[in-house]
Amino acid sequence: MDMPLPDASVLARRDRILAQLAAVLPGDALISDPTETRAYECDALTAYRCPPMAAVLPRTTAEVAAVLRICHAERVPVVPRGSGTSLAGGALPTADCVILGIARMNGVIETDYADRFIHVQTGRTNLSVTGAVEHEGFCYAPDPSSQLACAIAGNIGMNSGGAHCLKYGVTTNNLLGVRIVTMTGDVLTIGGPWSDAPGLDLLGVICGSEGQLGVVTEAWLRILPKPEGARPVLMGFASNEVAGACVSDIIKGGLLPVAIEFMDRPCIQATEAFAKAGYPDCEALLIVEVEGSPTEIDDQLARIKAIAERHTPVAYRESRSEDESKRIWLGRKSAFGAMGQMGDYICLDGTIPVSELPFVLRRIGELADDYGLRVANVFHAGDGNMHPLILFNANRAGDLEKAEAMGADILRLCVDVGGCLTGEHGVGVEKRDLMHAQFKRDDMEAQLRVKDVFDPAWLLNPAKVFPLDVTAGRRAG
Amino acid sequence: MRPMTEADLADILRAADAPLVIRGGGTRGIGRAMGEVLETGGLAGVRIYEPGALTLVAGAGTSVAEVEALLAAEGQRLPFEVPDRRGLLGRGGDSTLGGVVAANASGPRRVQAGACRDSLIGVRFVDGAGVVVKNGGRVMKNVTGLDLSKLMAGSHGTLGVLTEVSFKLLPIPEQAVTLRLAGLSDAQAVEAMAAALGSPFEVTGAAHGPGQGTFLRLEGFEKSVRYRVGQVSRHLARFGAVEEVADVWPDVRDVTPFHERAGDVWRLSLRPSTAADVVARAGAEAVLYDWGGGLVWLLTAPGLDLRARLGAIDGHATLIRSDSALPTFAPESPGVAALTKGLRAKFDPKGILNPGLMG
Ligand SMILES: Cc1cc2nc3c(=O)[nH]c(=O)nc-3n(C[C@H](O)[C@H](O)[C@H](O)COP(=O)(O)OP(=O)(O)OC[C@H]3O[C@@H](n4cnc5c(N)ncnc54)[C@H](O)[C@@H]3O)c2cc1C
Repeated sequence: MDMPLPDASVLARRDRILAQLAAVLPGDALISDPTETRAYECDALTAYRCPPMAAVLPRTTAEVAAVLRICHAERVPVVPRGSGTSLAGGALPTADCVILGIARMNGVIETDYADRFIHVQTGRTNLSVTGAVEHEGFCYAPDPSSQLACAIAGNIGMNSGGAHCLKYGVTTNNLLGVRIVTMTGDVLTIGGPWSDAPGLDLLGVICGSEGQLGVVTEAWLRILPKPEGARPVLMGFASNEVAGACVSDIIKGGLLPVAIEFMDRPCIQATEAFAKAGYPDCEALLIVEVEGSPTEIDDQLARIKAIAERHTPVAYRESRSEDESKRIWLGRKSAFGAMGQMGDYICLDGTIPVSELPFVLRRIGELADDYGLRVANVFHAGDGNMHPLILFNANRAGDLEKAEAMGADILRLCVDVGGCLTGEHGVGVEKRDLMHAQFKRDDMEAQLRVKDVFDPAWLLNPAKVFPLDVTAGRRAG
Repeated sequence: MRPMTEADLADILRAADAPLVIRGGGTRGIGRAMGEVLETGGLAGVRIYEPGALTLVAGAGTSVAEVEALLAAEGQRLPFEVPDRRGLLGRGGDSTLGGVVAANASGPRRVQAGACRDSLIGVRFVDGAGVVVKNGGRVMKNVTGLDLSKLMAGSHGTLGVLTEVSFKLLPIPEQAVTLRLAGLSDAQAVEAMAAALGSPFEVTGAAHGPGQGTFLRLEGFEKSVRYRVGQVSRHLARFGAVEEVADVWPDVRDVTPFHERAGDVWRLSLRPSTAADVVARAGAEAVLYDWGGGLVWLLTAPGLDLRARLGAIDGHATLIRSDSALPTFAPESPGVAALTKGLRAKFDPKGILNPGLMG
């Protein structure tokens, strides 16, 4: 993976730029000491690191605007950062950039239960948004597994999903409005605690734009009443095909579970060894969770059981208590940790049409054999969002490159069967150079034009999302 | 002009040098676009329908009625309850999927299932220079690149001519029950709807017609609906007795009470708790609340400048039907307007796509 060479003229003006930033920020909000900027050298894609020229941690939208005005005038690239949990390198710095960290802007501005929204500063963590409203029986629905750490800013940046998005949608479906600062330092309000914009749906294109269009400092989020209860069922099947067919039938059966999670044999074995959740010894396993009152849950689970029985499950375990629910989820929730125990891994995130599941899983198995690498699959089956985990040894020369090459093959496969490169983690730098596989030049050009309008000088997170060859002329200009 | 393929459409747009009015079925377009009519009805046909994956891909010119019938045969539907605007606007014709997307047309179920833009998972369109663009696809979760599908939804044909659209679908529930509370003032009604929508009982419709009553909808499996009818009734006991009534939702969706009535029609997007106050200040001849007060329809005297009368509101007003010269869309803030203008210049450099619409 290439990154553009740092702009020598920016590096040469380092002191002058830092002095200007210091003039508009409180003393503790500017970090330029090389030992301290290292804290910002990577996000959760730790294979790639580069300390920034400086990091700023503003506390107000006005400070954000002041920083952006200076960076715009001095032509300094800016990389917005929430909590730095991106798995795609979305918050990876370049040596000539300023990291604009939003983490100190974490307040709640307003909650309104009658109008069902919360207005927050975007440095607030995902989980603490729900934390702010749950005493009134509400929650913020998108719940990425990283929710303890990740910020609303990054969730909006990546249009993040979560375990419950089959029913409640992803970030974009739960976002009502934003306050956004453009690269020129203009503060815009887009949307608010009502439905629809008066004009174009700019909110829709801002969400998921990976810090390319502006710095989001505040958000109005839809909050939802918490369901009365939820309970999962676990089922094992003799093959991936059968499990896939069962998923399809559950969906066709008119049921709307909040989650349908899928694990294949390598993943089941790894998590069993690690978490001892008592999963059955089988080829494929589904965890299906439904919500409602106890009667409603019983009714839905009875329907799901009738469907599952047509596929002769080799195991079927319905949770009857809080404790059993926890055990059923235990293995799934520790899947990534379990794989981590077995070695280094890269986690892919392509989406495929649900009907292609059996074929894609078979092909992934063949690819694993060809490359001589091990792969485990765990994913959100209801919406086809796969998470193949490719194991490798970071200490062995060439192993990372091999794993990345295999990952690229899998993602191209996802595109070939009608899916996409990334369902929730974003493109960042990780999938940047694969964008040609999914988009023709004109398709990509149309996206670049949107960036041209929001950030004509191409200073916001400029080396991400789009292949460098495509953006070269723009970044230079 | 009526292209039959995307390639024909691209040729037309590449060659065009005068304003075009983009028309699907001609059932729901608003505003005063002027120019030669470009019809998309030829770009019809269902490309992919996978009931087991809850996804549909179809040409933008495909008839909504045809699609709804196809889905219903499999017990599925478009989640956002497509409104029929023919009665309100005094039009004929057959609504198309592309028109629905261009207007981001969404009915009462929006409060629970989201708007048209939330179900839209992919588009193909031709921009004003004749360039074919694809964005999104046929899978529900997709964050690859910028989401131009959302940008196209509700762009009223000003950024490109849609040729293909993809949707996520939902099953049609076993049962739907409509509940009515009688005799509430507008303010009480909005409060009652907020209480219902803020409960865990999954209300999929919340509307109020002054003098008609306050209506709530529950949908799902029969047992579940029965249970929730009881719970919602108890939950709202302080607002009076709840009775089960016949389906009112097509009338709410299509604003039937305003059909055949003279006057201007306004559509207000509001912060729900402010709706009753805004309505009291509007002095309208007829009112219908939907989305728990988040959407308010007003029938006013012809030519009344409602925006001037109301002043600042938490939301905005769109003029849906009028012979006056008042602008259709509420003005945007200067910064947002500059972005809109920039986007239109990029996607429609010749200024030929519905010029005059949307500011
Ligand atoms: C263990 C683990 C589990 C995870 N599970 C999930 C999961 O279940 N689902 C899921 O979707 N993701 C998951 N992720 C990925 C990651 O947590 C999400 O992408 C998250 O939303 C990133 O949030 P962040 O605050 O850490 O953002 P960062 O990593 O700081 O930034 C993410 C992107 O947003 C941009 N950005 C940040 N702040 C702003 C701002 N203020 N304005 C504009 N742009 C901004 C950045 O430039 C970057 O491109 C997981 C990650 C880890 C490490």
